[in-house]
Amino acid sequence: MNRTKVDEEEYWNSSKFKAFTFDDEDDELSQLKESKRAVNSLRDFVDDDDDDDLERVSWSGEPVGSISWSIKETAGNSGSNHEGREQLKSRNSFSFYAQLPKPTSTYSLSSFFRGRTRLGSFQSLSDALSDTPAKSYAPELGRPKGEYRDYSNDWSPSDTVRRLRKGKVCSLERFRSLQDKLQLLEEAVSMHDGNVITAVLIFLKRTLSKEILFRELEVRQVALRHLIHFLKEIEDQKLLLDLFRFLDRTEEFALSHYREHLSIQDPEKRKEFLKTCIGLPFSAEDSAHIQDHYTLLERQIIIEANDRRLESAGQTEIFRKHPRKASILNMPLVTTLFYSCFYHYTEPEGTFSSPVNLKKTFKIPDKQYVLTALAARAKLRAWHDVDALFTTKNWLGYTKKRAPIGFHRVVEILHKNSAPVQILQEYVNLVEDVDTKLNLATKFKCHDVVIDTCRDLKDRQQLLAYRSKVDKGSAEEEKIDAILNSSQIRWKN
Amino acid sequence: MAAHLSYGRVNLNVLREAVRRELREFLDKCAGSKAIVWDEYLTGPFGLIAQYSLLKEHEVEKMFTLKGSRLPAADVKNIIFFVRPRLELMDIIAENVLSEDRRGPVRDFHILFVPRRSLLCEQRLKDLGVLGSFIHREEYSLDLIPFDGDLLSMESEGAFKECYLDSDQTSLYHAAKGLMTLQALYGTIPQIFGKGECARQVANMMIRMKREFTGSQNSIFPVFDNLLLLDRNVDLLTPLATQLTYEGLIDEIYGIQNSYVKLPPEKFAPKKQGDGGKDLPTEAKKLQLNSAEELYAEIRDKNFNAVGSVLSKKAKVISAAFEERHNAKTVGEIKQFVSQLPHMQAARGSLANHTSIAELIKDVTTSEDFFDKLTVEQEFMSGIDTDKVNGYIEDCIAQKHPLVKVLRLICLQSVCNSGLKQKVLDYYKREILQTYGYEHILTLHNLEKAGLLRPQTGGRNNYPTIRKTLRLWMDDVNEQNPTDISYVYSGYAPLSVRLAQLLSRPGWRSIEEVLRILPGPHFEERQPLPTGLQKKRQPGENRVTLIFFLGGVTFAEVAALRFLSQLEDGGTEYVIATTKLMNGATWIESLMEKPL
Repeated sequence: MNRTKVDEEEYWNSSKFKAFTFDDEDDELSQLKESKRAVNSLRDFVDDDDDDDLERVSWSGEPVGSISWSIKETAGNSGSNHEGREQLKSRNSFSFYAQLPKPTSTYSLSSFFRGRTRLGSFQSLSDALSDTPAKSYAPELGRPKGEYRDYSNDWSPSDTVRRLRKGKVCSLERFRSLQDKLQLLEEAVSMHDGNVITAVLIFLKRTLSKEILFRELEVRQVALRHLIHFLKEIEDQKLLLDLFRFLDRTEEFALSHYREHLSIQDPEKRKEFLKTCIGLPFSAEDSAHIQDHYTLLERQIIIEANDRRLESAGQTEIFRKHPRKASILNMPLVTTLFYSCFYHYTEPEGTFSSPVNLKKTFKIPDKQYVLTALAARAKLRAWHDVDALFTTKNWLGYTKKRAPIGFHRVVEILHKNSAPVQILQEYVNLVEDVDTKLNLATKFKCHDVVIDTCRDLKDRQQLLAYRSKVDKGSAEEEKIDAILNSSQIRWKN
Repeated sequence: MAAHLSYGRVNLNVLREAVRRELREFLDKCAGSKAIVWDEYLTGPFGLIAQYSLLKEHEVEKMFTLKGSRLPAADVKNIIFFVRPRLELMDIIAENVLSEDRRGPVRDFHILFVPRRSLLCEQRLKDLGVLGSFIHREEYSLDLIPFDGDLLSMESEGAFKECYLDSDQTSLYHAAKGLMTLQALYGTIPQIFGKGECARQVANMMIRMKREFTGSQNSIFPVFDNLLLLDRNVDLLTPLATQLTYEGLIDEIYGIQNSYVKLPPEKFAPKKQGDGGKDLPTEAKKLQLNSAEELYAEIRDKNFNAVGSVLSKKAKVISAAFEERHNAKTVGEIKQFVSQLPHMQAARGSLANHTSIAELIKDVTTSEDFFDKLTVEQEFMSGIDTDKVNGYIEDCIAQKHPLVKVLRLICLQSVCNSGLKQKVLDYYKREILQTYGYEHILTLHNLEKAGLLRPQTGGRNNYPTIRKTLRLWMDDVNEQNPTDISYVYSGYAPLSVRLAQLLSRPGWRSIEEVLRILPGPHFEERQPLPTGLQKKRQPGENRVTLIFFLGGVTFAEVAALRFLSQLEDGGTEYVIATTKLMNGATWIESLMEKPL
């Protein structure tokens, strides 16, 4: 698989250097075949019911008795109670939910830290403490000193943090002064436990004004990053944006705002939202992309409405022959261009759905445009359009074929869309590099091109070899024979 | 079931037993019959430490996957949710609890958070009005899960993103806790080395935790001689390249999850000829891959080009063994032959499977596109044409190859050029946004923030210096009988493993210059041992190094480390730990911004 050691010059001269070759290709393959054969032949004389000796494995490969296997098994046995499900459906109305205890606003966060609540009834702090689940470590690690003071009422910030870290309940409400709160935060940060840092941040967020919180976090980077992460997690976009603005992290602010569009499903609303993103402090490059994103969706909405109408009216041939597979909304630009080349190729530049209009609006490079148009027209087998794509006239009126993407690519795309041999042949002939031309012609069975090229190269051996590949008694064979017998050609081999 | 965990230099079954014990203790706390509702993601990792039988012994009668609406019927006393601490899962749990039939028998609810209770999640449960419904809310610190005799993983998918994008150190905290657990079981590790910001943090946490647990002196004789902590962002290059070991390629092509792989079923058609063709399986074939399987242990770390010959040799050996039956004449001989049959049949089954897998992989590796992609990768890694727009990448975009593949290649180019020229970067960006959608701006920014895709600053490309000093590119690679770790990528020696290799001999002092170019500090700490526990190494005895990859490790890197462990004069054996077993594709995916 190694790139063979070649000196610099040799490398530059050869177009393709070896990177992944099986040195003994055939040997390697035959080895695999060999072991396959051996395996197969063994089956013949081994009893069929040998499976019992192997580990029992269900077909899906889960060893019988593994957890994921058991989930299916035990869940299956539970007897899918259809009746029960039906009942649920009928009961699962709004009124059913209404009877359930709703989250009450009086459950402040502090109550949560004070202890477990059971269906609305508060437990006192001491109740909660007496039965807090004690964490058992797999190996009994030594107990930290702080734990022996569990029942004390005035834990220091560091004790409090330590308790939080062990998943124990404790009240943060006692920390009233800013200084205490910040000390609490610093203790949490020094523990590196994200869970605890977040818990303290939730407390601070609730008990400090936004301005003070931001100001203090600005000089505490670790805590600040945790707050940002937390706000993203709970999707408190508003506070997050305020924070970025405060910190003057404008680009992050812009991106974070833009990110929100992902959760908007309705195209019209999404479009309106994208509009609010234009002009935000993105980098210059990104600004242009965001603007394009908005413009594209705006276009797509217009095209979609129009085409849906046309399609359901059933009067337009192209939609009848090739019904649309999906809506064009939210598709990438190149896909949209393809769509427009497929359904709206001949429209004048003035319409929103015309390919030329898209090309101009989004400054699509020539290469990209030709590639996409070619794929779309080839799919429709509109060979005339394909031809026109590559025909240029010079000022004398002569026509010439030119492809910004290289004709080898054109051939590949045409072949992918199962173009007939005559068409393929025409473009294979336009490939400049002789080796590439020969390769493509052979690959796509453009016999004439192969034969003519061999003749032009005066490569008798290759022509002879190719003779064995064409059908016996075919026109190609005749043509080859005629050339081989010709005395006009001075063969090089 | 897990004998292969004890094959290595360090018996990892001890760890497995410890976590199993903890699980049993929790189950026994919820007295009576129980049903477990699983966060599906967890079944994989749990499968590595426990079978259903263990749960059954502790009165687990039913198991379900966590789903919305109502819980399936189950006549049990306890319902236990096994979940990761994630907000969206809390919403589902709340839905389950709220739609519980009030008239039915009263059932007790419990939650087991893995690996950690989260105050944020409990707050969410409270907001949804169900927190009070749970009797036990506990955590199960399944930090490091033993995968193989020398391999541990936290299987924390988001670890890299959390550490390097969100600067959330929670997973580092878990890593440190996992390391404390290991030290409690295998003794204090006397020396800690590290490179990178996160490595520094983890070392700090460990030292701090040790200080806090001074109550009991660890009296276990240390098994590990040293610990090497490595940040993934010290070596961003390696995972981006396509792995070329057998196991690495299986992972690249089919994806290995918790040591299982799902394969297309056609090649594994039922072998009984009678009912062949009748019902061809349509469900993917699932196979477990670990060193408990003798053949797999032998070939997993080989370069794929060396696998074919091993398989063919095995086939001959097995054929010969079966032929022996003709020579068995006496009753005694026949008896002996029969007694060997089970082992032979297992070997045959294993050979059949791996021959099929090798064929599947070969179909891919011999394809033109694979060749082209590898050519480009190897060009980049050997420093060729990294500073201009690459034609193959352009083609991939034009043909709309999977975005992950495109991003992986561009990132590789960027890393091998210490950042791309602004013009090149802008070109790629525009092509990607126009072809795959503008919303990927967000993903591109993530990659930039992680250092994977960035503009070159200062106009200096440091990669050649790093490549030459660390000998990352080797022109003469022996894939069949390797002499250097570079065989795992057919030429490229993984930077991370090279660092480990140089640390053990001759020491990092020899590469100070390169270490300064790579991001983050490098350091060394000592954890003093009481005199009684200090080790006196016998002459010729290898050191054992625990190497911890913070942010993920690839199978190819694991293979390279195993190669070093097996070297006769290597002097060091490695046990590998990581936050996640990954490859370039899963890594990039974890950094992509997805629609909500």
